[in-house]
Amino acid sequence: MMKQKHRKKEPLFRISKNGFVPLYKAWAIRIGALLLALVVCAFIIYSITKLNPLKVYGTMFQGAFGTNKRMWVTIRDTMMLLCIGLGLAPAFKMRFWNIGAEGQVLVGGIASAACMIYLRGKMSATAVLPIMFVCSMLAGAIWGFIPGYFKAKYGTNETLFTLMMNYIAIQLTSYFVALWENPYGSNTVGIINSRDKFGWFPPIFGQMYGLNVIIVLVLVVLIYVYLNYTKQGFEISVVGDSENTARYCGIDVKRVIIRTMIISGAICGIAGFLAVAGAGHTISVSTAGGRGFTTIIVAWMAKFNSFVMVLFSSLLVFLEKGAMEIASRYQLSDYVSNMIIGIILFFILGSEFFINFKVRLRQRFTKDKSQ
Amino acid sequence: MNQFISLFQASIVFGTVILFGAVGEILTEKSGNLNLGVPGIMYLGSIASLIGVFYYERYVENPIPIVCILIALVCAIIASMLGGLLFSFMTITLRCNQNVMGLAFNIFAGGFANFYGGSLNKLAGGVGQINVLATSAAFRTKIPSYQSLGPFGHLFLSYGFLVYLAIFLAFAISWFLTRTTVGLNLRSVGENPATADAAGINVTKYKYVSTCVGAAISGLGGLYYVMDYMKGTWDSDGSIEGLGWLAVALVIFASWKAPRAIWGSYLFGMLSWAYFYIPELTRSSQEIFKMLPYIVTVLVLIVVAYQHKPDNQPPNALGLPYFREDR
Repeated sequence: MMKQKHRKKEPLFRISKNGFVPLYKAWAIRIGALLLALVVCAFIIYSITKLNPLKVYGTMFQGAFGTNKRMWVTIRDTMMLLCIGLGLAPAFKMRFWNIGAEGQVLVGGIASAACMIYLRGKMSATAVLPIMFVCSMLAGAIWGFIPGYFKAKYGTNETLFTLMMNYIAIQLTSYFVALWENPYGSNTVGIINSRDKFGWFPPIFGQMYGLNVIIVLVLVVLIYVYLNYTKQGFEISVVGDSENTARYCGIDVKRVIIRTMIISGAICGIAGFLAVAGAGHTISVSTAGGRGFTTIIVAWMAKFNSFVMVLFSSLLVFLEKGAMEIASRYQLSDYVSNMIIGIILFFILGSEFFINFKVRLRQRFTKDKSQ
Repeated sequence: MNQFISLFQASIVFGTVILFGAVGEILTEKSGNLNLGVPGIMYLGSIASLIGVFYYERYVENPIPIVCILIALVCAIIASMLGGLLFSFMTITLRCNQNVMGLAFNIFAGGFANFYGGSLNKLAGGVGQINVLATSAAFRTKIPSYQSLGPFGHLFLSYGFLVYLAIFLAFAISWFLTRTTVGLNLRSVGENPATADAAGINVTKYKYVSTCVGAAISGLGGLYYVMDYMKGTWDSDGSIEGLGWLAVALVIFASWKAPRAIWGSYLFGMLSWAYFYIPELTRSSQEIFKMLPYIVTVLVLIVVAYQHKPDNQPPNALGLPYFREDR
């Protein structure tokens, strides 16, 4: 009697931890989740537009790669996303929740724009680029240092601290936009130095965004090496896995936290430099455009491996551009792209569960077995 | 005096939005679930109530105020609970990282709300914005003849009923958490789920219910935002997202105590509107003033961490997934 009562309570699913999962299997699950997400999105797109989903995906492809110019814009935005992701990777590997990339990018952008505005006519156009690079890096580094310092010193909650730093940076940007507005009363800065292109990236190999690609790809390799093959990178992963272990083996945890946040902020500052000098040639509160949040997911899903990050950021930018193309062609609001990206992220995040855990349905038990 | 009254009123209206968000989030976080998706939940609550009421007002000649209110409330609560359910499923059952899931949820819900908000604006007739006047008026119905009480009436009685509901909920949640057995169980789940599990508390159930109910309360913040703060219109400038994040910050500010969130939220409101009432500010220096609430939050974060009082600490297992077979 007791036993039967016990049996009834057996749950429908039984979940147990997976040990080692071979790489091909993990990737098969992830790609399966992505495909499933695309199918679900196709249904949603169909229910909104009543169009053949396959055609819609074709349209998306055209939106991202249809013309040479579009392709380069897609590449440019991928590089931007990737650059922020590279900045976040060291911090996240240390389990420091740096939600503040948005702000770090903005202050980097402000520094670049300030150089473009105030140094114009005082030096040559080639000499200003390195100065802008350094200034943006410093600005981002300061923005990363502040939460890092207080985390190390007093153990403040870094998620909310960095988040608040975003909003402080946004207000700072509004301040400078109001200060530099051009023409007067427009409440935008407009394209800075549109006539002589002072402080703009020069075209490389005839490509306007060539320099963006070079800078970011160099960073990809640097960060990969830094995280995997240097002593500092090793310290970061030890602190991330267990602070007590780190302390036990003589790592100065506070120093590592502060140092890593400076690096993280500095790279995000470089992303601001790319956004202002290499892409938009203007500064506004939407210069970062929510990328600081999107990239957290990119960095997380890629497990902080910079080469995998290239994949994920291209995927996200492709989806974004494609969805925007659908939106403009079928007169929908741009925001449909965020909705689709959100759904796809849910699926990819959820797929991790099926990599880490094993799910078994309740066994149909036979009575005589236990008796 | 008049200036002060209008600043006070503006702060309470502002504060109520984030108070709902914060009270819901306190309930959620007490179960150990850190829902960073509060802005997204607010988005869902606001757009759902707007859609529901929009269709009601469109197809009925003379909308009845009480029906308007009921439709808006039901829509907001259902939508935000569904949002909370999705979040719970992903983080509790599938054990995703809560921070990452919260951020992804914000991207989705922001896109969802702005997409339908934009469509509604278009449906409402092109250039003009959608405007659910009757419902917004119903939500802003004030206590009759409050003006006869002079400044007191203006300061404390000149609001719609949701303002008082928010205060009531804050006290109710606080009572529930500290004075009832179920509340005690809930807190134990947030402090140490393994111990709670061993004591026979259904951890999964507690987490699910508190996250969904918390989301419903946060969603009311979205409802209040769209019906009172925005006066029944939709604007896709993302200001509700900023308010949602402030609500998350307010939870820390109040150190997980709902009654403290009440005055905290009004303080945030006052700081956010201060620039409006300080004479002779240029447009650029106004922007500097708008930083105030965020800077104050940062200072509070530092002070709370510096004091390190055991009373003011977050639930011990906050943000951690629970799996029974883990050590």
